[in-house]
Amino acid sequence: MSKTKTKRKRKTSKKMVRIDGRKIDEIRSTTIETGIIPNADGSAYIEMGDNKIIAAVYGPREMHPKRLSKPHMGVLRVRYHMAPFSVSPRRSPAPSRRDKEIGMIMVDSLSPALFLERYPRSVIDVYVEIIQADGGTRCAAVNAAAVALVDAGIPMKDLVAACAAGKMKGEIVLDLGDKEDKEGEADVPLAYMPKLDQVTLLQMDGILTTDETVKAIEMAIEGSKQVYEIQREALKKKYGMAEEESEEKVEEAEEEKATEEAPEDVLEEKEEEK
Amino acid sequence: MSNNIVSRLKRKKIQEVVAAGKRMDGRSLLEFREMTLKTNFLKKSEGSSELKLGKTHVIVGVTAKIGTPFEDTPDKGVLMCGAEYTPLAHVTWEPGPPPLGAIELARVVDRGLRSAEILDMKDYCLIEGKNVYIISVDLYVLNWDGNLIDACGAAAIAALRDAKIPTYKVTKGELKATGRSKKLKLRVEPIPITITKINEHFILDATADEEEVADGRLTITMDEKNNVTTMQKRGSIGFTLDEIKKCINIATEKAAEIRALTVASK
Repeated sequence: MSKTKTKRKRKTSKKMVRIDGRKIDEIRSTTIETGIIPNADGSAYIEMGDNKIIAAVYGPREMHPKRLSKPHMGVLRVRYHMAPFSVSPRRSPAPSRRDKEIGMIMVDSLSPALFLERYPRSVIDVYVEIIQADGGTRCAAVNAAAVALVDAGIPMKDLVAACAAGKMKGEIVLDLGDKEDKEGEADVPLAYMPKLDQVTLLQMDGILTTDETVKAIEMAIEGSKQVYEIQREALKKKYGMAEEESEEKVEEAEEEKATEEAPEDVLEEKEEEK
Repeated sequence: MSNNIVSRLKRKKIQEVVAAGKRMDGRSLLEFREMTLKTNFLKKSEGSSELKLGKTHVIVGVTAKIGTPFEDTPDKGVLMCGAEYTPLAHVTWEPGPPPLGAIELARVVDRGLRSAEILDMKDYCLIEGKNVYIISVDLYVLNWDGNLIDACGAAAIAALRDAKIPTYKVTKGELKATGRSKKLKLRVEPIPITITKINEHFILDATADEEEVADGRLTITMDEKNNVTTMQKRGSIGFTLDEIKKCINIATEKAAEIRALTVASK
């Protein structure tokens, strides 16, 4: 490809307006709230665009049925489920093949962040309910589940943040919405552990050249990093001390040590407290 | 990733051998087992293939029937993929509802075919909103020794390539069988390649034992224009961006090789 050609392409890409007016590398507006299911050990609610998803964590606890337990390590079990009214037209509440596969893929995306070897014969159950679906539910579900795991006080190596990239009208774009997902040429959902620099969920369907694939993966990693900040903010709101907080409040903190450290360390301390 | 138990001794041995750049059966890291393929060996189905990859043995049946289209795509035929883990295939497999592995196998091969737009589904609509071809690709595992996605993916392409579906005439909104048949028009031939990771090493065509020892895997489906059409990562590990790039390169090279094999061994 000649230089002038690439230049022209870039120009059009900047001008390209997406269905909801976002830039090509902009994620949908995302909010996360923790602890919204009082009975659960940990929970989180995410709104990512029009996705509305609740994740609740129970455990580590004894595995039922016992035959599914492992003698040398714990098991992470994820149930991904869509409410019948989460899509139009209504869907059957019975778990579909798709739901089962996503549950399995979510286990793979979250378990690299856990210390499962610490919980022999036990299970950590993550239940995800899609209340409203708007494309990219598996990524939004991973985001909520990761925050819910932290909320449950389960030690983690890193947070897992997820975001999809895809191709729409010939352009690689970030975080496809429902319409873009259906009309677009490709979708690459991805989950990423920012501190460990590891991709833990990677799927793709559609048609992309190898260069486009790499570009989409890179873009999705950048998107995940943005989501990561939102996840951290949500957790800080409940557990951490904001960086700019006044000294007064700092003094109020139970542990003086914790306040001296960086905010992420505060988070970890709080996790262990739980 | 399964309930196939590998002793610690063997586990260690597999890891050591792979670290030394070899395999338990003498292969190199990126070498496939010997592949044999037979197509059109069943009479009652529209297309069929039998593929053996070492001890892995699968059969694919392609069947076509007339049915009603999905509401959101009234002008398109339907292509779908199912997978069956038969209890014949391994000592740990039993009859019953499909295990997660079978669901994943069906869905990954299915995505490989459909997202590559292997058929122009508009060609398989007879009467819009009423009658379309429902083309089913059934993956049947008869003996399991690893790498089912690659084996079934290649076998599915071979079966579809040789499949012949009955043709119909539409007169006054009614279907009439012509008694003739036509070949499916494959636009592309996507081939899945599964790259298995054992420690920091990548291997291809993993056996059942190697899969058990493996940390994770990444399946990449490529068509002959070197487009990626499906990716699927499994296992409780992460991949770095560089590793993913490396896997894409391996898949690009190998998919062409396997595709050539599915033609040659007809």
